[in-house]
Amino acid sequence: MGRAFVSVEGIARRFPSTHGGPPQTVFENVWFGIEEGEFVCLIGHSGCGKTTILNILAGLDRASEGAVVVAGREIDGPSLDRAVIFQSHALLPWLTAGENIAFAVRSRHPGWSRAQVAEECQRWIDLVGLSAAAGKKPAQLSGGMKQRVGIARALSVQPKILLMDEPFSALDALTRGMLQDEVNRIVAETKLTAFMITHDVDEAILLADRILLMTNGPNAKIAEVVVNTLPRPRTRHDVHHLPGYAELRNHILDFLVDRSKRLAETMPSGWDPRRIPEVRPAVPA
Amino acid sequence: MRAARPLASLTLSALLLALFIGIWQLSSLTSGAGDAVVDPEYAALVGAAAASGGQTPFPSPLQVGARILEHLTDPFYVRGTNDQGIGVQLAYSLGRVLTGYGIAALVAIPLGFVIGMSPLLYGALNPFIQVLRPISPLAWMPLALYTIKDSAVSSIFVIFICSIWPMLINTAFGVASVRREWLNVARTLECSTWRTAFRVILPAAAPTIMTGTRISIGIAWLVIVAAEMLVGGTGIGYFVWNQWNNLSLADILTAILVIGLVGMVLDQLLAMATRAVSYQE
Ligand SMILES: Nc1ncnc2c1ncn2[C@@H]1O[C@H](COP(=O)(O)OP(=O)(O)O)[C@@H](O)[C@H]1O
Ligand SMILES: [Mg+2]
Repeated sequence: MGRAFVSVEGIARRFPSTHGGPPQTVFENVWFGIEEGEFVCLIGHSGCGKTTILNILAGLDRASEGAVVVAGREIDGPSLDRAVIFQSHALLPWLTAGENIAFAVRSRHPGWSRAQVAEECQRWIDLVGLSAAAGKKPAQLSGGMKQRVGIARALSVQPKILLMDEPFSALDALTRGMLQDEVNRIVAETKLTAFMITHDVDEAILLADRILLMTNGPNAKIAEVVVNTLPRPRTRHDVHHLPGYAELRNHILDFLVDRSKRLAETMPSGWDPRRIPEVRPAVPA
Repeated sequence: MRAARPLASLTLSALLLALFIGIWQLSSLTSGAGDAVVDPEYAALVGAAAASGGQTPFPSPLQVGARILEHLTDPFYVRGTNDQGIGVQLAYSLGRVLTGYGIAALVAIPLGFVIGMSPLLYGALNPFIQVLRPISPLAWMPLALYTIKDSAVSSIFVIFICSIWPMLINTAFGVASVRREWLNVARTLECSTWRTAFRVILPAAAPTIMTGTRISIGIAWLVIVAAEMLVGGTGIGYFVWNQWNNLSLADILTAILVIGLVGMVLDQLLAMATRAVSYQE
């Protein structure tokens, strides 16, 4: 088996203990891959280390052990090829929505003229439906609008990989649904490779090709990979009518409610962190 | 606090001012009659002749008003070194303050930036800053006069030393407390150190930095009056001291009013600048 496009190879992250004890291991020996153009979701309870994994993929944090290899090269810090949509949107509050996007566009194309940058920004503003808000500061925008700007900013650098840390968790259900559809559409159109953290099971089923299930921390493990066999294109309106949807959803919920805690204590014998078992709950046995 | 109607506040301000001036005028009229009563200590200080002179030593508002008018009609006269218009003296003081303060800003803001970006430097320099900051700027004066040997430059140095701390501390603090997520945005966009510094850290820390510059100008304007009283020669502080020697309380009161007004203008200018760089999160 060749290396995946994004290959996470035995990473661990330890934080120094607060009072001189041994270092706290958030997770260790984590292996998984993401194929080019694939959409992978990571689900797990709060505090298990999801953000830490995403930050390591982004290059914002460093693994204590192991490596992340993208397109055959070990990553060493952040890159324009790996865009991040932050949970807290992280817009620069002194810039307008349009200027926030322009800041990103200019980072990707330092040689571009003012007009070129403006034209490219406009394209992204239109794409995420921000035309009326482009001249406003983030403080004047609703949560959903802010996250739209965050999405446009991330996409406007034309990354190869899109990393999302619970991007919609702070939004109301209606806005969340609209943005999920939009991200789904854009990622499919641009054939982006995407990695998203969520604790919304329906969101994961709608968006992901594969769903990684992470046990509770400390010493969290990716216990299982759920392959989403539901046919694409999927939309919010029809996904829950697809055959197999209920089985898929129940399997993930069972994990979150019960197995994530039990597995954190003892993994089944024969479980190998380098060959995480794949399950296909939506395929009839 | 509920916002008061501006017109009502303004009317009340005017009434209070009128009341204050009225009481002052009244009391100067009544005490003018009994000028035989002289505080012996005061007499010793200003000389018996002046203390028990033909008129009350403390001027009435009308006298002060007349004096202010005189100063306003001819603020820039120069009749010898000890007799220059209040405008000329103010210009000297403002020149010193702006020079010392300007140099302090040029040093404090870049230095504060570097300190704020480096936790190592922050820790290393913090003890020095904490010791130097509470020193009264006037305590530096003898040292400055001894080493610089020029009273004007010494005053500028004293302004420099007193205005550097708030700017240095605020800049370092503002830079050090830039939100991690904004820095992460710059990192994921592969911004260079310079671009991060000028496009992310500087605007993020600007309100804190400007608050420091506003505190500094206030301190500098307080200190210049005292410094000029000490070294003499020129400036509004010297003007006050000189009028004290001339026993011209009307001139002193004029100067006090002018010092207050100029200080307020300086403060308001920087408050405006602070508002201009403020942002809402
Ligand atoms: N800078 C840090 N220092 C010490 N511990 C940390 C730090 N960052 C995260 N952790 C710990 O790592 C664990 C995982 O955190 P995180 O990745 O944010 O979890 P999640 O995103 O899954 O909620 C938490 O228990 C947290 O306390
Ligand atoms: Mg998290």
